[in-house]
Amino acid sequence: MISVNQLVGVSLVYVAFLFAIAFFAERASVRGRGAWLRSPLVYTLSLSIYCTAWTFYGAVGYAARSGMEFVTIYLGPSLVMIGWWWVLRKLVRIGRAQRATSVADLISARYGKSNLLAIVVTLMAVVGVTPYIALQLQSVTLSLSIFSGPEVSESLTISTAFWVAFGLALFTVLFGTRNLNANERHDGVVIAIAVEAVVKLIALLAVGIFVVWGIAGGIAPMMERIDASPIGEWSMDRSRWVALTALSAAAFLALPRMFQVLVVENEDERHLQIASWAFPVYLMLMSLFVVPIAVIGLDIMPAGSNPDLFVLTVPLAEGQGGLATLSFLGGFSSATSMVIVATLALSTMVSNHVVMPVWLSTQAEGAQVSGDVRNVVILARRASILVIIGFGYIYYRLSGGGSALAAIGLISFAGVAQFLPAMLGGIFWRGATRWGALAGLTVGFAVWIFCSLLPSFGPDAVLSAEVFDNGIAGLGWLRPQALFGIEGIDPTVHAVVWSLTLNIGAFLGVSLLTFPTPLERLQGAQFVNVFDHSTQARGWDAALATSEDLMIMAQRILGPNDALSLFREEAQRQGLTGHLPEPTQGFLQTLERELAGSVGSATAHAMISQLVGGTSVSVEDLMAVADESAQILEYSNRLEAKSAELSRTARQLREANAKLTALSVQKDAFLGQISHELRTPMTSIRSFSEILRDTDGLDQAEKTKYASIIHGETIRLTRLLDDLLDLSVLENGQVSLNLDSGSLRDLLEQAVLSAGGDRSTHLTVKYARADTGVVLTTDLDRLRQVFINLITNAQKYCDASKPELSIDVIDMGARVQVVFHDNGTPIAAEARALIFEKFARINDKDGSGAGLGLAICREIMTRLGGDITHEPRPDGNAFVVHLPAQAALAAQ
Amino acid sequence: MGKHVLLVEDEINIIEAIQFLLSREGWQVDTHSDGATAVDTVRRMRPNLVVLDYMLPGKNGIDILTELRADPDFQNLPVLMLTARGQSRDRELAERAGVSRFMTKPFSNTEVMTAVRDLVQLAQ
Repeated sequence: MISVNQLVGVSLVYVAFLFAIAFFAERASVRGRGAWLRSPLVYTLSLSIYCTAWTFYGAVGYAARSGMEFVTIYLGPSLVMIGWWWVLRKLVRIGRAQRATSVADLISARYGKSNLLAIVVTLMAVVGVTPYIALQLQSVTLSLSIFSGPEVSESLTISTAFWVAFGLALFTVLFGTRNLNANERHDGVVIAIAVEAVVKLIALLAVGIFVVWGIAGGIAPMMERIDASPIGEWSMDRSRWVALTALSAAAFLALPRMFQVLVVENEDERHLQIASWAFPVYLMLMSLFVVPIAVIGLDIMPAGSNPDLFVLTVPLAEGQGGLATLSFLGGFSSATSMVIVATLALSTMVSNHVVMPVWLSTQAEGAQVSGDVRNVVILARRASILVIIGFGYIYYRLSGGGSALAAIGLISFAGVAQFLPAMLGGIFWRGATRWGALAGLTVGFAVWIFCSLLPSFGPDAVLSAEVFDNGIAGLGWLRPQALFGIEGIDPTVHAVVWSLTLNIGAFLGVSLLTFPTPLERLQGAQFVNVFDHSTQARGWDAALATSEDLMIMAQRILGPNDALSLFREEAQRQGLTGHLPEPTQGFLQTLERELAGSVGSATAHAMISQLVGGTSVSVEDLMAVADESAQILEYSNRLEAKSAELSRTARQLREANAKLTALSVQKDAFLGQISHELRTPMTSIRSFSEILRDTDGLDQAEKTKYASIIHGETIRLTRLLDDLLDLSVLENGQVSLNLDSGSLRDLLEQAVLSAGGDRSTHLTVKYARADTGVVLTTDLDRLRQVFINLITNAQKYCDASKPELSIDVIDMGARVQVVFHDNGTPIAAEARALIFEKFARINDKDGSGAGLGLAICREIMTRLGGDITHEPRPDGNAFVVHLPAQAALAAQ
Repeated sequence: MGKHVLLVEDEINIIEAIQFLLSREGWQVDTHSDGATAVDTVRRMRPNLVVLDYMLPGKNGIDILTELRADPDFQNLPVLMLTARGQSRDRELAERAGVSRFMTKPFSNTEVMTAVRDLVQLAQ
């Protein structure tokens, strides 16, 4: 019989051996001679931390209680390694490309580097894994108590657990946080757990060989005893079988410690190919003798002995102290390797996602002092290790080491399996979003706590028996083991199916309903298409290629011309010819600012950094994002253009409408004016003719007077009609000019004569200065008409006591001005603008004019290639006729 | 009712004709030809009847009528409006402004005098 002290001594020697191996491995690694540390064999063996003490001891107990069902625990990982190695390969590639340090980091990175997600995953992992750590502590103390006999004091057990916990914490702190490698690899730890993997395999094989050949007497008798045992009569419960296989497969992928050894500690992706068959072989060897040990244990051990400890108790019962010690070391190795790696993985998560963000937020300077941060990170990680192992120890103490711990293995598996939808969805589905992941994780985890974790403590421990039977608040569909009223399912299957179904449902549903942020989309593209990118990325070697890619991307976002000019300017500044500048820091910042204006700063930053980093995202993916932005921009530009066109059309319509309205008003006014001008003389004519006809006793003088009025008014009417027709012809451009040459002097003389010939007038007309000898070629009759009009106007309207009109000619060679200057009251400023309009009559005393004269003059002058203007003078008014000396070409 | 008429008109020949017609019927005829001061003249002369042209220099007949009707003293003053514009909208405007009688030029002498007699009768 081996004493406890001997066993503790052996354990200490073994631990010292592990420390030494880890130490030398670290030293070799630091000196660059650690290539052998990173062999496929070591990688495969490190994966064996999957086989914890629960597997080492518990598998035999499991087999003794439930027959072949224990195989599912080995089957799940084997199926993953063999059938799903491509999933693993993708996971490993992504993990390395993203420099993921943990499951939490991976999930957070995939969903736009969300720290909220990282914290949630970290907390879930701590809750799910801490009981498992407690289970390992329990297994060590339990196995130790086998050697000390039943009289062992409780204080010894507890102190053993404490010292084991302390030792593990020390080891993890020493070798887990010796340095802060960017890739978080720990050569010492890995080599130590590889050695432990060998020890536990040898131990289990040794016990198995002893049992088969030492006790049963060979393979054939062993098979007979198996057939005779209860295990031989075992029949498969299919739902449990499938559920447990799936669960262990899920846990293998999602367990934080498995991620640590599979992804974080992976040196070379090719190791995975070897591990994909070597690790299943390891698992097969581990499971090879489980059934024989269980069968022999059930046969030879007294009824009621704990089948979980058959691996130890069978050799002891047969007096094989050395074998039992080896077996103890195997169990010890299983427990310690699991605790070390699990703690390492959890502490990384806790320090990176919980402690560091909190610490950084308390620092005003942020993370600017790098040396400072390094120390803080190491400190945070060491503290996290102590806290997590401390949690495990406390949990072990509080749970009292009872039967609750026995079930914790599967429960823990079910808890971490909740990470799987977010993980796998993230690496295969670009549509997965942050909120979807968060919803899936929280829903799955809540269901897990309610259906699996809390009930595991038994009725009335946390949940009352009342809740078990009738559900929360008496709601029948909220029973932890019969959710939604579906009864009769095995509790484990029930919890796994419901938690994962609701998890996946929430994940998919919320992902479909929410829209990923640009960073999420970029990260999603990197995760889902990780293989395409890394092959293309190798093609980029020169800085020129990067410049070209930046150019292409900038063109997609800024438009070809803007991008080209931006790049040209920079190239010129750098003194380069062509349009591709060196991608200097300054230029990248400029470019990022430019891009941020179009696509927002987060996307711009991600695009630039990914392109410049040049490793993990393809140009195509960036282009896809850029194209989307460009399309949206183009679409909105098109909309803008359309809307501008519409408002332009509307404005044109409004203007046309206003013009039409104005024309209509003008037409009404014109018709009103014509009507007035015609009806007024007709009124006099009619009235006086009626008076002449109907009135008896008019004397001759009256008759003559009234007849003269009628006569005058008919002349006025005739003149008005003449003027209207004249104006109409002129305005419509139907007039034909009769060009002739003549002396301006003669023309003026004729005009003065015609104006004064009709009536006696007191207006003095002076035109001495018009005697210039200018000869014009124009329509002489029309020009004379203009002159006559201006002279008659002066006769009519000049209100000076001695009315005078002086006519001057200003000869400017090609052009000639004729100025008609009277000494009447200057026309008021507001009236001046109107005088050339139709029917405008200013100071028309006798009402004989129709207000068409000046309008006609203007039309005539326009026809003759000249103009007529009015200039106010201090002492009167000046009408200036401008005309070309040779009107022929100008007019026609 | 007295027979004092104010003729607001700017065409001398028409003034002459209407003055002749009304005088023969025993009216005392005053004339005024500036639109801008027409209302003041009405206030000052307080005629029994106003014959008002539509198109006047300074202020048109509609505005003069509107201004008169706003004064309580002239709300019932008979106003005969004459217009040469001949547009249908003008009659509407005049009626809205409160015209007593509206006629389009050229008028027949008989019509004008009948209208004057009607207005006198209505006012009595």
